[in-house]
Amino acid sequence: MGVKLLLEHAHIEGIRFYDAYRKNGGYRSVEKALKMTPEEIVEEVKKSGLRGRGGAGFPTGMKWGFLAKPEGVPRHLVCNADESEPGTFKDRYLMEFLPHLLIEGLIVSSFALGSHHTYIYIRGEYVWVAEILEQAIAEAKLNGWLGKNILGTGFDCEIYVHRGAGAYICGEETALIESLEGKRGNPRIKPPFPAIQGVWMRPTVVNNVETLAAVVPIINMGGAEYAKIGIGKSTGTKLLSACGNINKPGIYEIDMTISVEEFIYSDEYCGGIPKGKKLKACIPGGSSVPILPANLLLKTAKGETRIMSYEGLADGGFTTGSMMGSGGFEVFDEDQCVVRHTMTLARFYNHESCGQCSPCREGTGWMYKILKNIEYGKGKISDIDLLWDIQRKIEGNTICPLGDAAAWPVAAAIRHFRDEFEWHVLNPAESQERNYGLAHYADPIHVPVAI
Amino acid sequence: MSEQPKFKVTVDNIQIEVPAGTTILNAARMIGGDVTPPAMCYYTNLKESGGKCRTCLVEVSKGSDKDPRPMPKLVASCRTTVMDGMEVKNITSDKVIDARKGVVEFLLLNHPLDCPVCDQAGECDLQDLSYQHGSEKTRYEFDRRTFEKEDIGPFIQLHMTRCILCYRCVFTADEVTGCRQHGVLDRGDHSAISTYLGKSLDNEFIGNVIDVCPVGALTDKTFRFKNRVWFTKPVDAHRDCPTCTSKVRLWMRGDEVFRVTARKNKFGEVEEWICNECRFHKKEVKDWVIEGPSKISRMSVISQGHYVNTHKAPVLIDKVIGKQPKLLMNIHTVSDVNRREVDLSKIEGPAHSEDFKTTDLNN
Ligand SMILES: Cc1cc2nc3c(=O)[nH]c(=O)nc-3n(C[C@H](O)[C@H](O)[C@H](O)COP(=O)(O)O)c2cc1C
Ligand code: SF4
Ligand code: SF4
Ligand code: FES
Repeated sequence: MGVKLLLEHAHIEGIRFYDAYRKNGGYRSVEKALKMTPEEIVEEVKKSGLRGRGGAGFPTGMKWGFLAKPEGVPRHLVCNADESEPGTFKDRYLMEFLPHLLIEGLIVSSFALGSHHTYIYIRGEYVWVAEILEQAIAEAKLNGWLGKNILGTGFDCEIYVHRGAGAYICGEETALIESLEGKRGNPRIKPPFPAIQGVWMRPTVVNNVETLAAVVPIINMGGAEYAKIGIGKSTGTKLLSACGNINKPGIYEIDMTISVEEFIYSDEYCGGIPKGKKLKACIPGGSSVPILPANLLLKTAKGETRIMSYEGLADGGFTTGSMMGSGGFEVFDEDQCVVRHTMTLARFYNHESCGQCSPCREGTGWMYKILKNIEYGKGKISDIDLLWDIQRKIEGNTICPLGDAAAWPVAAAIRHFRDEFEWHVLNPAESQERNYGLAHYADPIHVPVAI
Repeated sequence: MSEQPKFKVTVDNIQIEVPAGTTILNAARMIGGDVTPPAMCYYTNLKESGGKCRTCLVEVSKGSDKDPRPMPKLVASCRTTVMDGMEVKNITSDKVIDARKGVVEFLLLNHPLDCPVCDQAGECDLQDLSYQHGSEKTRYEFDRRTFEKEDIGPFIQLHMTRCILCYRCVFTADEVTGCRQHGVLDRGDHSAISTYLGKSLDNEFIGNVIDVCPVGALTDKTFRFKNRVWFTKPVDAHRDCPTCTSKVRLWMRGDEVFRVTARKNKFGEVEEWICNECRFHKKEVKDWVIEGPSKISRMSVISQGHYVNTHKAPVLIDKVIGKQPKLLMNIHTVSDVNRREVDLSKIEGPAHSEDFKTTDLNN
């Protein structure tokens, strides 16, 4: 059994409510943190090596260190609970079953950053989760963990829940800030960065739900202890939302030392693929990260076992690797069609583009239309190269990373599954009746031996 | 007054000193000519503008003297300020040329190619951009996007199908009229400029959105289909206006005033905002004090046939490539085309290359 830091108490009955949560050691980290100085807390988080769990994996302590502290200007902490990446549903689980863990983390982090008004920006569709959070906030306030003069330390803090209106783009931190201000959720052009000018032009830190929840064990056990879990720069534990063709879809907390193979096949985690089918492909970190064929997923291009860590999943860069991303682990068995899947993702990004910058606004729709043609047997071989060229012209040339997120899945699908695209084009009638299947995607990759 | 620090910046091998805080685009504009990136959304007078269209992307090959690392991605030159010692590549960067071609293609993807019936033709930034940076063919094989028509009042015509979503009109309403009645609805490729309730735009300065619009999405209803811009002659004029400075440009044919617009500088940007009264209601010569013919770009089709008083762009190619360009062939020395002794009228039928002696270049 791996270490559990976040989900340790998830199974306890009534843990959603204050009494059970407190009885099981809840809010200890607030008691401890409020006796420390804000700088000491930031130092602990730096020592822990915690990396942002929202997708980019940026070191949290470093991000906190960048926060500007001009005299007389309020600062804000914003919790990003917009979770709309296809395949990712770990934040929902945390908030739904352990709302007090997030609130505890928010109080400690707010104290460390000097935020007296902290916001949770939650995805609009999570209607019931927002209600759970509000209830938990009320309970916390009733018990003196929020409001004025918390624990008699003179620290004041309020947490507000702000509901989004159903836009993936509002998960991008600057679009989130605009939306929080009541404006259209268009990403801002950076610089200035939120750490200097964020909500209402005040210094702001935006962090993911899981990132802020992880602050609780870090304070409880100390940053240095936390950093001992995991390997390399992948410290602590990570929540993964596993879905697709697996026997046990759900939320798993892993320490980032296990192999991808173990994660998919062991009974402790996904429990293998139903009906004994074979693994064809996997998107290891949410829809935006590159898809990998089975052979590159389980082993790196060098022939080593691939580990479920930030570095492990990224091994090989985009040519033969992928990314940890937001932890949305999607598994595809031999019956799945990569072309169809890529089309579905292209439709998603086309639908979710904010429309500010031309490459993303126009390019996403174009890619979707071409993929639709290929999927429905109306494609041309030249369409595959055209898709490649379009994604290449979007990537890196847009205001926010949604453009990249739209380009990467298309690029990776063509890079690794070009045969399947070609088969679709060359066999228009057959491709409407059956899938390409596993083909050679699980065959061992030839690794040149060093001489 | 305190001295503002000056930064040295190099764009396409040409160095210039600019005040700190200048954007790369403006530094390049100070140099002028071909090293200036095209800008479809940035507008000097609108402080929120820029960063959206991505036509002005450039490569920063050296960040600054202090931190010489290149920037990992192409940056929007309109929203990136220069650092001391920065080196920028615009037309000397293959990456930039490639990306810009992509952006032009994206902008044209859903744009109706109905220039012959569009009032903006001849003064359209998108036409110029495609001519200079685009390719002659499209790779798009699908139906172009269309929008429901929306009436936004008696003076301004909205043609959403032609909009490139530069947001300039939105910022004009925000920053010039102070009371915005329109905005962008929806998102992605169906975002649309709209008043939502089909209201009309009636602020007394709202007419300026017509001038800032780079394409034919917002045009002047009082001028619609009356004339082509290149048949009219631009003349600078003013009057005694209680609302604005009334420094306008009249577009005339003979003694008739067809259209009134604000004056634009050589970057196609409005110099001073004018009011609706001047723009839509003063269409008689007697309303105005004429100052004289306007200075317009040498490149513009409007300057056809009148080459005096035009903005000429400097020719900088020698500085960009670091040497005088080598003349590969002087057409006049190798062909008789321009020789007077060959009388075209004596040749039967159209003239062909065989009708002229050529000097073989290789010997
Ligand atoms: C299109 C887009 C959508 C995003 N959606 C989310 C999201 O739903 N939740 C999230 O935590 N981060 C999301 N992010 C990442 C955020 O911009 C930001 O990096 C993150 O909230 C930072 O938190 P962290 O440092 O704790 O990871 C998104 C980014 C992009 C570009
Ligand atoms: S990349 Fe897409 S989502 Fe991001 S700002 Fe540009 S148009 Fe909007
Ligand atoms: S209507 Fe014109 S000015 Fe307004 S966003 Fe569209 S192109 Fe830009
Ligand atoms: S002019 Fe710079 S992005 Fe449009």
